Amino acid sequence: MARQFMKGNDAVIVGALAAGCRAYYGYPITPASEIAHAAALHFPALGGVFIQAESEVSAINMVYGTAGMGIRTMTASSSPGFSLKQEGLSYCAGAELPCVVVNIVRGGPGLGNIAPEQADYFQITKGGGHGNYRLITLAPNGAQEMCDLTMKAFALADKYRNPACIMADGITGQMMEVVELPKALPVERDHLGWAVDGTPATRKNLISSIVLEPVELEEHNLKLDAKYKACEAAEVLYEEYRTDDAELVIVAYGVVSRIVYSTVDQARSRGLKVGLLRPITLWPFPTAPIRALAGRVRALLAVELSTGQMVEDVRLAVEGRAPVHFYGRCGGMVPGGAELVAEYERVLAGGGQS
Amino acid sequence: MKVFEKSPSFYQVFERKSGPAKEATHYCPGCGHGNIHKMIAEALEDLEVTERTVFVSPVGCSVFGYYYFDCGNFQAAHGRAPAVATGVKRANPGAIVISYQGDGDLAAIGTAETIHAANRGESICVFFVNNAIYGMTGGQMAPTTLIGQRSTTSPLGRIAETHGNPIRMAELLATLPAPTYIERVAMGDSKQIMKARKAIRKALEIQKEGKGYCFVEILSSCPTGWKMDPVTSRDWLMAEMTKVFPLGVFKDESGNRDEGQWDRHFEGFAPDKVNAYLDRLKSALGDSEALSLPRDLHCKFAGFGGQGILTLGLFLSQIGMRAGHQVSWFPAYGPEMRGGTANCSVNISAERIGSPLVDHPNVLVVMNQPSLDAFEASVLDGGTIIVDTTIVEGRPDAKRLNAVLIPASAIADEVGTPKVANVVVLGALVAATGAFPPEFCEATLRAVIKKQSLVDMNMAAFRRGYDHVKNGG
Amino acid sequence: MTDNTVTAVPFMVVDGELCKGCQLCIGVCPKHVIAISEKLNASSYHPAYYTGSDCTGCGLCFYACPEPGAIRVVKP
Repeated sequence: MARQFMKGNDAVIVGALAAGCRAYYGYPITPASEIAHAAALHFPALGGVFIQAESEVSAINMVYGTAGMGIRTMTASSSPGFSLKQEGLSYCAGAELPCVVVNIVRGGPGLGNIAPEQADYFQITKGGGHGNYRLITLAPNGAQEMCDLTMKAFALADKYRNPACIMADGITGQMMEVVELPKALPVERDHLGWAVDGTPATRKNLISSIVLEPVELEEHNLKLDAKYKACEAAEVLYEEYRTDDAELVIVAYGVVSRIVYSTVDQARSRGLKVGLLRPITLWPFPTAPIRALAGRVRALLAVELSTGQMVEDVRLAVEGRAPVHFYGRCGGMVPGGAELVAEYERVLAGGGQS
Repeated sequence: MKVFEKSPSFYQVFERKSGPAKEATHYCPGCGHGNIHKMIAEALEDLEVTERTVFVSPVGCSVFGYYYFDCGNFQAAHGRAPAVATGVKRANPGAIVISYQGDGDLAAIGTAETIHAANRGESICVFFVNNAIYGMTGGQMAPTTLIGQRSTTSPLGRIAETHGNPIRMAELLATLPAPTYIERVAMGDSKQIMKARKAIRKALEIQKEGKGYCFVEILSSCPTGWKMDPVTSRDWLMAEMTKVFPLGVFKDESGNRDEGQWDRHFEGFAPDKVNAYLDRLKSALGDSEALSLPRDLHCKFAGFGGQGILTLGLFLSQIGMRAGHQVSWFPAYGPEMRGGTANCSVNISAERIGSPLVDHPNVLVVMNQPSLDAFEASVLDGGTIIVDTTIVEGRPDAKRLNAVLIPASAIADEVGTPKVANVVVLGALVAATGAFPPEFCEATLRAVIKKQSLVDMNMAAFRRGYDHVKNGG
Repeated sequence: MTDNTVTAVPFMVVDGELCKGCQLCIGVCPKHVIAISEKLNASSYHPAYYTGSDCTGCGLCFYACPEPGAIRVVKP
């Protein structure tokens, strides 16, 4: 197998190339800039497009243009830049354009800092822009997944004609791991029915999110909603580690899931029966598996690099069947293993934060 | 015989338009948009490009361009049409791409998009309908509203000191090197109208020939927003607007540019080509060797920026990768790391790696005193601590830890340059941990060091560090 | 739309239902052969109409007219 030792951010572009992405538009921002660096190197070398846009807003609108042609395209940024893309994402969702957006989340609010955080969870999974829409959201926790889930994101974006988001933290973007290079396979697309690509075949098509008549706009929204429900039913991804007999299940994604994974065996050796449920898709959220666990565990604990965002979805999944605790660090602070084990101990002893 | 009539580039019945009157536009009486639409449609037909035209309509009265033009249509967000047009044109240089914008869209909310699409020389046509007012939203002040002109947001008239002056976009863009053709025309009297027709046609011809960016600003009436009847509007446009926005050609390089010069290259997805390319990205290390690992390594490397701390971590990582292990490398990243304190974490394990961060290393390398102070206590009991004694004055607790003291920088200096102190340390680390055979590490370094001239020096540095430990310091 | 193409004489014709009565065609006509109707059309505008003779087929009214389908000019 062809392998390379590479940053998560670089692996995103390797995955994008293999998925048939042909155009990258972006604006520099730490800690996501390596994605643009890799795109600037590789896209033109393969006859594709790289443009360093004048703004995040322009970048997502360039994506709108290329996506509307039925060509796979993407942009990437980090939190403040991702905030700026919300308008364009709403338009992409409204016009049903498949595209991939990457957010290497950093510390906020405002300018915050460049350290890792997960505080864009609400913005990404709840629809940071206006209107009824969702972003299909995948949360890799290592360099290989930065590649593989980017490819998956393109496939899901096409399948549902909706933007798909890679939500990663600064650590997952910046760290290097061994990546098995993917194989590019032909992509079957049936975009001629809707795309506008400047050829006679698509002359009658229209890329638009404006629907003036309330009756029709409601219909459009319901159509999108049906699509989202289908996606929720079919595309949930998650992984579990030692949840079978766990008394406490920790729910964590991204780099936090890696840290928690490191602690599970350690905690069990001290008699704490813990397990890990790691959402891989943040939207659709693994509601059903969490609900199933809630019926048989003593408690759940959401651990995040935030003051508590995903924990709301955990609570919605659990619906009161078990206590849901929360432990978070933010601002670029990352919990250590010992810190987490102490928290498991507290929760299992009947304490913990909620 | 000459017939002037509705162009076939228009839909003959405007089915996308809501309500009755499917053959009339939604524009108010006397509005200039309709005239401009007619000229564009006529030119598209005459140039035989309608079927490969993409018309981008952002927010403004002309957002419904797709009601009318029988070509591919994009509706775009307010101000973003040139960015959308860029995304279309770059991915199909054969398309004829029109960005049709009003003054608020082009010269206020979308100023950045406007200037940068022009500055990149996107081979698109921007038709800028300047009617000095926001029509669609109810007659508010536009960036091009004249001084003294009343609007719903300048009820006493535009005041330069408060609102700024009207922006002359054609002149502004003409300062850029990339645009091919920039002209301002007016929907005034017949002479002006026929000139406008010519300018619109010329812009589309230039794009058809692949000669680059064209910008045609068209002064146009908004009788509703101006609260004037259409004829008075036209007269006011000619009398007042043209004083502030003089008509004429501001730039014309069309004669100096070659056909196709500004059409950028684009290739569709070719999996074989991508696979051949990805194959070139693979590691020079080749297949892994599946060596056994005596124990997992959880390493932290710390020192000043410029000491090669991150590279040291990378070298060890690549040795681990070639040995067939799971490896993670994580740098404490960011601007504070440039020239300041640098550290990185490396995990090498036969098993799946959990946290890429190393809170409690079993191997710590410190190449400056602050790093010793900061990280010594975090090392696991019995762990290895490697100290560059050339630089670090303090000494670690040799009872608790396996302390490896090595004047790495001094040795490196003897080898040729203090810059290879990190590789001296690597040699010491390999010797102290017994994690990998030294020959295996040397072969790995040979494969990953890109500058061949530096290979021998690094080999010497590695061996000196290794021998220093093996020979008991 | 009236089809008078069999005649050898230039003419213009206004679609009275599409015309919005802006009168811009009237001012640009060098022969002053366009007038405004007393009657209202279905959209409540007084549409323009051709007075019936002396059109040269110059087309200026066509380009001055904002409505794509309201004016047709034939110059044999």
